[in-house]
Amino acid sequence: MTGFRLKSGGAIDRGKPLGFSFDGRTLHGFRGDTLASALLANGERLVARSFKYHRPRGIMSAGIEETSALVTIGSGARTIPNTLASTEELVEGLEAHSQHCWPNLRFDLGAINQLSARLFSAGFYYKTFMGPGNSPKSWLFYERFIRRAAGLGVASREPDPDHYESCEASCDLLVIGAGPAGIEAARVAAEAGLDVILVERDFALGGGLLQESEAIEGINARGWLLTRERSLRGASNVRVLSRTMAFGLYDHGVAGLVERLQPAAGVRERFWIVRAKRIVLAAGALERPLIFGNNDRPGVMLTSALRAYVNRWGVAAGTRIVIATNNDSAYAAASDIARAGIATMLLDAREDVSGPLPEMAKSAGVELRLGGVPVRAIGRQSVRALEVARIDGKAGETIDCDAMGMSGGWSPTQHLLSQRGVRPVWNETLAAFLPGEAREPVRCIGAATGIWRTDDCARSGRAAGAEAAHALGRSAPKEDFPAPGGWDYPIRPWIFGGIKGKAFVDIQNDVTFGDVRQACHEGYDAPELLKRYTTLGMATDQGRTSAVNALAVIAKLRGGPLDAIGTTTFRPPFAPVSIGALAGAERDQHLLPTRRSPMHDALVTQGARMLETGLWLRPWFYPQGTETVDEAYLREMRLVREAVGICDVSTLGKIAVQGPDAGELLDRVYVNAFKSLAIGKARYGVMLRDDGIVMDDGTSWRLGEHEYFMTTTTANAGKVMAWLEELLEMRWPDLRVAVTSVTDQWAGASVAGPLARDLLQALVADLDFSNDAFPFMGVREGSFNGVPCRIARISFSGELAYEIYVPADHGQELWRALLDGATARRGGAYGLEALGALRIEKGHVGGPELDGRATLDDLGLGRMASTKKAFIGGVLRTRPDLQRKDRPQLVGLVPVTKGEIFKGGSILCEGGNETGHGLGWVTSVTESPSLGHWVGIGLLKGGLSEWGGRTLLADDPIRGRRTLVKVVAPHFLDPEGKRLNG
Amino acid sequence: MLRINCPFCGERDHSEFTYGGDANIAYPELSAPLEAWIEAVYVRSNPKGPHRERWQHSDGCRLWLIVERDTLTHAITRVEPARTAIPGLMK
Ligand SMILES: [Zn+2]
Repeated sequence: MTGFRLKSGGAIDRGKPLGFSFDGRTLHGFRGDTLASALLANGERLVARSFKYHRPRGIMSAGIEETSALVTIGSGARTIPNTLASTEELVEGLEAHSQHCWPNLRFDLGAINQLSARLFSAGFYYKTFMGPGNSPKSWLFYERFIRRAAGLGVASREPDPDHYESCEASCDLLVIGAGPAGIEAARVAAEAGLDVILVERDFALGGGLLQESEAIEGINARGWLLTRERSLRGASNVRVLSRTMAFGLYDHGVAGLVERLQPAAGVRERFWIVRAKRIVLAAGALERPLIFGNNDRPGVMLTSALRAYVNRWGVAAGTRIVIATNNDSAYAAASDIARAGIATMLLDAREDVSGPLPEMAKSAGVELRLGGVPVRAIGRQSVRALEVARIDGKAGETIDCDAMGMSGGWSPTQHLLSQRGVRPVWNETLAAFLPGEAREPVRCIGAATGIWRTDDCARSGRAAGAEAAHALGRSAPKEDFPAPGGWDYPIRPWIFGGIKGKAFVDIQNDVTFGDVRQACHEGYDAPELLKRYTTLGMATDQGRTSAVNALAVIAKLRGGPLDAIGTTTFRPPFAPVSIGALAGAERDQHLLPTRRSPMHDALVTQGARMLETGLWLRPWFYPQGTETVDEAYLREMRLVREAVGICDVSTLGKIAVQGPDAGELLDRVYVNAFKSLAIGKARYGVMLRDDGIVMDDGTSWRLGEHEYFMTTTTANAGKVMAWLEELLEMRWPDLRVAVTSVTDQWAGASVAGPLARDLLQALVADLDFSNDAFPFMGVREGSFNGVPCRIARISFSGELAYEIYVPADHGQELWRALLDGATARRGGAYGLEALGALRIEKGHVGGPELDGRATLDDLGLGRMASTKKAFIGGVLRTRPDLQRKDRPQLVGLVPVTKGEIFKGGSILCEGGNETGHGLGWVTSVTESPSLGHWVGIGLLKGGLSEWGGRTLLADDPIRGRRTLVKVVAPHFLDPEGKRLNG
Repeated sequence: MLRINCPFCGERDHSEFTYGGDANIAYPELSAPLEAWIEAVYVRSNPKGPHRERWQHSDGCRLWLIVERDTLTHAITRVEPARTAIPGLMK
C-alpha cells in the first residue's frame, strides 16, 4: 500500500478539484495541495532517481528541505528543471516530469551505477581523472560521459517566453517567515506604527501552525491564524508577500526576494529589492533525517512531513507507519498520525521517557517502543519493513511497515544570518546551532533560535516586534525573549551505531556515511574540504538537512566536540533563483539603453544598415541594391577619394570647456599645448592616464578666449568627462573652469573629399571657405538655414575635409541638405566601415590601437609630447619599462603577394617560429581601393626600426589563414598630405 | 548593496556612485619626481577597518565625495563633499 487521501481533514478545498499530470498520466488533486501532497494522495511513491547512483527516490519532506523529489515542471520553452515537488503549488493543468532517468523512472538503466558504487566514492573524480598520470585533457574527455551519467534535470535551450519584473521597496521592519513568531513580530510592530513587510515562501501563511494540531495561546491554531492574517492584510502599513522567498541578505539592510505570481498576473516572477531599517528572521527550523541503511528509500520521510501531510493536506503516506526518533517532537506527530486512523509505531532511541508525553501518544493509539534504533530499511523501490536494533547494540526485530518517519532533531534555519557573516553557536543540550550575535539590526526569533514550543515562538515574535518599535522611537508593550528549548526530555543525538548498508548523510548528492568516513581517513575532515571532496552540501539542497549530521559524523570519527570542527558559511541564494527573475525586463533589446544619433531617422530612411557600437546605433554602410558590406565600403571610400562623402559623427563625445583657466586645464590633460592655440583654430590632442598609457584622442577647438570645444572618441566620451570632473574636483579645485557634456546637444557630420569645400560653401553662405580664409585646422562659426553652426577643417581621411555641427534638433535637416548636395556632386554617404578603412589607409590610430596598453611612443606619437609644460602621465611615461625598444610599436603591413588577404587579430611571427605569443599582432586591416591591395596596421615588438622592410607571417590559427606580410611605415596613402588642401 | 548618504541628494544606493579609490592619496605636482608618482599611483595600504574613499555620485549630482567606510563591516560612518573634506584642497 502507498499513500492515499484521508476521508476528511486538511486545509485543502475539496470542492475545487484540480487536474495535473505526472510523466504523462492524468491525476487529480485539490486547491491547497502541493505537487508532493497530490502525488502522495494518488499513491505515487517513486518520483525521482538520484544524482549519482540513480537510486529510486520518493518524497521525503513537506517543504524547502526536500532532497529527493526533484521534478521538471512544464515542457518546451517553459521547462523548469529541479523543482521541489514539496513546495510547488498545485495549479490546474500542471505538467510534471520525472528527470534524470532513462528510459523511464521505473526501469532506469543508469541504476547500473549502483553496482559500481565504489567508482563513485569520495574524491573519485579527482583521483581517477585528474590525479597523477592524467593530463588535463583526459578530464576533458571523460567529463561529458560523467556529466551525462550523473546530474539533475535539463534546462530548456529555448528563449524564456515568460515575463518578469523587478520592484524596489523600503520599510521600517522586514519580517522573513510568517509562522507564529513572524506573524506576532509583524503585528506588534505594525500596531506600534511601523511600516512592515512580511514575507512568506509558502502560498499560505502560518508556517508550523499549518502542520500542527496544538492550540496556540489557548486558541485553536486555525482560528488564531485566520484572525491574525485578516488584520495584517487589512492594515495599511503592512505589506504581506506570500509565495515569496527571501534568498539573500546584503549590506545596509538590503534583502533580495523573489515573488512567484499567479498565472493570471501575466508575470511569472517579481524580483524585489527591499531596504529595511530592521530585519526579523523567523525562518523556523528543519528536521534532521536519521542515518541508517537505505534511509533514502521511497516511503522513508521526515516525521514532520508525515505529520504535515496528515494535518495540512489530509494525506496519509502509508497504512502502517513506523517513526524512529531521538527527541520529543515525534510524539505529537505520531499522535496526530494515529488519530487519523493509521497504524503508528513510535520507536524512541531513548529508554527513559515516561509521564505525560508517552501517555499522550498511547492514548492517541500509538504503539511505543523505547530504546530501539533503525538499522536498515528493507524494500527496493519502496520501504516494506524496518530492521531495528537495541540502543545497546543488541539485535532487534524486523517491523513491517509501508512508510516510515525519521526524527533526528531540529536545525534552526539561519542561512540568511550566515550570509551576513554571523557564526552560529553550538548548543549541546539542544543538539542544534543557535544564532550568534549579529552586528546589524537583524534579529532571529522563533524556532530559528531553538525555541520549540509554539507559544514561546509567538512570544519571541512579540518581543522582536516591540524591540523594533522601541529602536525606531515608537512605543509597544515590552516583552522578554524566551529561552531556547522546550522539550520534557533531552534529545539523544547521533544514533548511528549499527548501520547496515548504504546510509546517506546527504541524500540529494548521494553522499553516504562511508563516503564521509573515507574522506576523513584521507584527511578531508574540515567541513569546507569535505564539501568539495564529496559534494556533500552542494546543489539545490545546500546541506539543509545534511550539514549538521555530517559534522556529527566527523566529530564521532575524529573524536572531540562537534563545535570544534567548524561550519560552512552559507552564501546567497538560499534557494535557486531563476535567471529570468534576476534579469527582469532588462533582456534582449532592453538589456541596455539604445542611443540614437539626432540624424538617426534620416539615415535609416536613406537605407543605412545600422551597427551596435556600445550603446550607440551607428550607420555601418549604405547598401545600393544587393551590395554586401565589403562591396559597399569600397564604393563609399571611392566617393570620398574622388568626389565628396558625408558621415554622421554625432556620436563623438563633446565637452564644453569654459572659464579663464580652460586652456590651463587642457594643457594639463593633453600631452601637447592648447593654451597657446589661437582662437579660431583646432588641434589634434592625445591625453594619457596617470600611469603614462594613452587614454583617448580627439580634436579641441578654441572658440574664444575662455572657451574650448573638446571632442573625444565615441567609446571614451563618458570616461573623459568623468576624468575631467575628477581632476577639477579632487586635484585642481582652484582652476576656474567648468566642463559640460554637450554630446547630445550637437549633431555633427564629417564632409570629406575633393568637393567638400564646394558642397559646404553652397550650404553655409555666410562663411568664406577659400583656402586663405578658412585654412587647414581653422574653426569658424556660421549659420546653416538660419541656425548657428560650427565648422572645423580637420581630416582623418587625408582628404580635404570638414566637421560641421548644428544644434541636435536640426541634425536631420543638415543631413538631408548634405546628402542632396553630395549626390548632386556624384558623392554620397559613407558609414563606419568606410570611415575605419579611410583612417587605416592614412595610418591613424583608432580603438583597436588605443587598447589601454599602448604608450605615445608605441603609437609613433612621441613627438607630440610637449617638453615645455607638465601634463598628466608625463612622469610615469618615462618609466624604464615603457621606454624599452622592444615594446610593441605601430607598423604598417602589406601582403607580399598583392592579391592576398590578412585579418585583424592575426599573430605576427617569423616564418618557422609560430609557437607562443609571437612578435606582435595585427590591429586593423582594410582593402585599399586606391592602392589595389590590402593594407593593415599592427603592433610589433621592436617596430619599424627593427623590422622595416622585412617579411613576417600573419598567422590566424582560428580562421586558418596564413599570409606573408611586409613591414612598412603606417602611412599608405599620400604621406606628404597634398590631398588635404584639395 | 551599500547605501551612501550624499550630502546633496540624500541617501542613495551605491549603484548610483562610482568608486574612485583611496582618499588618502595626495597626488603630487605634475612635474614631481618619478618616485612620488609611483607612490601615488601604485602603492595602497588596503586597511582592515575604517577607510577614507573617493566616490563620485555619477548618476546623481556628479560631485565627488569622501566616504569613510569600514572595509570589514561595510558600515559607512561619514560622507562629506570632497572640496571641504580634504584639508588644503581649497586654497
Ligand atoms: Zn549627489
